[in-house]
Amino acid sequence: MADLVCENLGMTFTNPQTGAKVEALRDINFTLGKGEILAVLGPSGCGKTTLLNVIAGFIPPTSGRVRLGDKVIEGPGLDRGMVFQQGALFEWLSVARNVDYGPRMRGMDPEETARLVEKWLDIVGLQGFGDTPTYQLSGGMQQRVALARCLINEPEVILMDEPLGALDALTREKMQSLVLEIWKETGKTIMIITHSVEEALLLGERLFVMAPRPGRIHKEYRLPFADRGVNESLREIKHDPYFIEVREEILTMIWDMEEEIMGRV
Amino acid sequence: MFEWLSDNRATIAAVLFVLVFAAFVWSIVVGRRQSRLRAKNEVFGDPARTRGGWYWSVTGVTALVLLWGYFSWGIVRAYFPNSANEMCQVAKLEEAVSPIKAALPIGARYYKSTLLAVRNAAQLDELQAELPALPFTAAEKEDLDLLVRDIRKLIANSSNPDNMSEEARDRLAGISARLIDLGGVLRAGPTGDMTPSPEALAQPKWGTGVPEIPILPVTTRGVLFDTVSVTAAEIAGEFNKIRNHVPQNEVLMADIAARIKAFKEANKAGSFDERTADAREAYVKAVERIFKRLDDGLIFPAAALANVNSAIQDLDAASRSAQGGLRVVDALFMPGPGIVKSRTQCTEQGSARWLPKPTDVVATFARLANPDVENGGGYRGFPLLWWDWVPVADIVAFFIPDWIADIWPGEYAAHGPDGTINPKFKDKLLAFAQGDVDLGSVPMLDGHIWDSLFRVLVALAAGIFLGVPLGLFMGVSRFFKSFFDPLIELYRPVPPLAWAPLILTIFGIGDNGKIFLLFMVAFAIMVISARTGASGVQLSKIRAAHSLGANDRQIMWTVIFPNALPEILTGIRIAVGVCWGTLVAAEMLAGTTGIGFIENIARTVSDYELIWVTILIMGILGLVFDLGMRWLIRKTIPWRGMG
Repeated sequence: MADLVCENLGMTFTNPQTGAKVEALRDINFTLGKGEILAVLGPSGCGKTTLLNVIAGFIPPTSGRVRLGDKVIEGPGLDRGMVFQQGALFEWLSVARNVDYGPRMRGMDPEETARLVEKWLDIVGLQGFGDTPTYQLSGGMQQRVALARCLINEPEVILMDEPLGALDALTREKMQSLVLEIWKETGKTIMIITHSVEEALLLGERLFVMAPRPGRIHKEYRLPFADRGVNESLREIKHDPYFIEVREEILTMIWDMEEEIMGRV
Repeated sequence: MFEWLSDNRATIAAVLFVLVFAAFVWSIVVGRRQSRLRAKNEVFGDPARTRGGWYWSVTGVTALVLLWGYFSWGIVRAYFPNSANEMCQVAKLEEAVSPIKAALPIGARYYKSTLLAVRNAAQLDELQAELPALPFTAAEKEDLDLLVRDIRKLIANSSNPDNMSEEARDRLAGISARLIDLGGVLRAGPTGDMTPSPEALAQPKWGTGVPEIPILPVTTRGVLFDTVSVTAAEIAGEFNKIRNHVPQNEVLMADIAARIKAFKEANKAGSFDERTADAREAYVKAVERIFKRLDDGLIFPAAALANVNSAIQDLDAASRSAQGGLRVVDALFMPGPGIVKSRTQCTEQGSARWLPKPTDVVATFARLANPDVENGGGYRGFPLLWWDWVPVADIVAFFIPDWIADIWPGEYAAHGPDGTINPKFKDKLLAFAQGDVDLGSVPMLDGHIWDSLFRVLVALAAGIFLGVPLGLFMGVSRFFKSFFDPLIELYRPVPPLAWAPLILTIFGIGDNGKIFLLFMVAFAIMVISARTGASGVQLSKIRAAHSLGANDRQIMWTVIFPNALPEILTGIRIAVGVCWGTLVAAEMLAGTTGIGFIENIARTVSDYELIWVTILIMGILGLVFDLGMRWLIRKTIPWRGMG
């Protein structure tokens, strides 16, 4: 386990045909300590997903670098697990086959793998669903599979790209509890991108609000709600006066940013 | 058993048509009831409205069979098995009187005499109009003009009833009287002695022999018409011999002939330049031609023929009344011009000529499907679909090319001083490659259908195994896409048959050329479908696989390939259909086996039953293939459209 460090991270996209340049990220600097949970908020187009893709190693940054401990990130790796918005499950495989995809690709002992699958399905609340085809699952269950599939590889960092965006309110709340639970129990470093301010407040021990053009960290918060959420009811936390105050502050901030974008366009 | 079925096909068809009609009515009743029930639950446009409804399939299929039976005359043969034979006898009478009718308004709108008079007069008019411009002297022109006028007089004399000879008058009256008598015979109906001959009764039934329709009458009504037609033929023969030689014309004709002769001699004697001589000669010849046409007494006064015309009308009426119910059968159940007798046989006309009856198609199919080639089964000494013992060595030789032995190190053995040979390994290898070893035999499918299937399946397999990987690589690699795209897109749009002549030249008329042609078709389809499937993978799935630690090869086969599977299977489904269509065309070009080959031979000999049998075989095989592919798609990719 090691810290996730972004150093002077910058990302400029160049259109290969026209040569036009778009600066998506500029001077991103932060250190995410091991076991921390970070939520990233921001108006659409502020570079949240680009930041995540750079950290995941899907796209190389044009300046600066990302380190996990002493290792500079140069591509996707098992130390960083990804959870996508729609799950990105392999719908031709059963739940168990999806979950053990990573171990299978690495050629892990099948018995050991089967044991791990059992364990993780149990943790995400899908015991007994191993043989179910994934296309028969509901959205919430699909995200549980995606979580288990990611966790079975024991990554140091879990990167989540709007993982709960497509779920209904009730399922979403359950999944938020599950994420907190997993965070506490496994002690993984988690970075979660969301466009729901409430979700960011509930899950983010740390919270970045990003500003667009170029994408940069606008403001950083340290919040107590994630810690409380492990034991308390999430619904009660939402009525906490401090929670409401921060929520309104961030909403206004993002609102203004959006206004500014519209004004510029 | 088969003989019995074949001989009684009309009766069997009668039973089957009742069943088919019952199923048709029943399915409509059920369908209407179901529609009423379901209309309440499903609004218009609800996809659930297309589910189920097999009863309408029954309606469609039975309607098709009934239409087929109707237009092929299968229904009329089933329920009125003797009608064709009787119609044939009626057709005999029709054929017998046709020479008389051809000369009368009843058969040709105008009297033949009218046409002759008008046509000759018109040609004489033309000749007269040409005359002033021709190189004749004024005196000659005057003479020629007179000559033409006299020829015209011949027509007038023939057309005048008063000039007609007693003899011709009597003979025409005799013809009318005999025709009226004949009508009386028909009206009287069959007499006691009009029974079918044993020979007639021994004929094969309608549709079971050659010719298709038995020609000798098998019913009393048929015998009546047959008898009458013989007399009618005699009358017609006599009618054709009557000539109207008018006495007034005889002197005139001799005179005209002499004048024409004089002109001819004058033409020969005179020393004209070539063009003038030709023009003069041509004109005199034209005059002579019309004159010769008029000297055979074929123009009768219209009034003299009126009686014959009404006698024929009377005979037709008598024939209609003698036919009775047969006319109803003809009108209702024999679409088309009915049955026509020509020379030695009666033939079905209209749709029945090219549309074989359902039972005949089954019988032809059964004959083809009979694997006993020695006793008339199969087609051209080859069964339709059967099995045979095939030496394993031949199969091995199919897979091992000769050049494997050629490139093996060393030389082939030569015979030694004692004249014997001591084979080395290289020789044994060659024996394997050429199938010269005994490895026992295995049963293998055989026959025309199998040959066609084999070609399609081999080509399809090759297309899949080469096309799918290439397509997948084209879906993920810029190099593969850009390198192969123009090559494939250049040859793909060319219709496969455009390649056929080239491929026949390169590969010869054997299986290889056809398989290669089909392979080209299947390959392009498979490449394109696999490529579409591969390039349609969601990026997030690829990224998930990357972050789960899969390498490029693993991602190819565990993510991109299964993701492309729906497109690939759809591609196979399309390729099967297109290959099947191309195959038949390819087999029509060359070869000695296969469904397309049968169809091609059937086409050249106009064997409509065989053509339809091959069409049905192809249709059914195509349907089976498609149903199989649909089943496979349902079983292998249940997740389709759910990702």
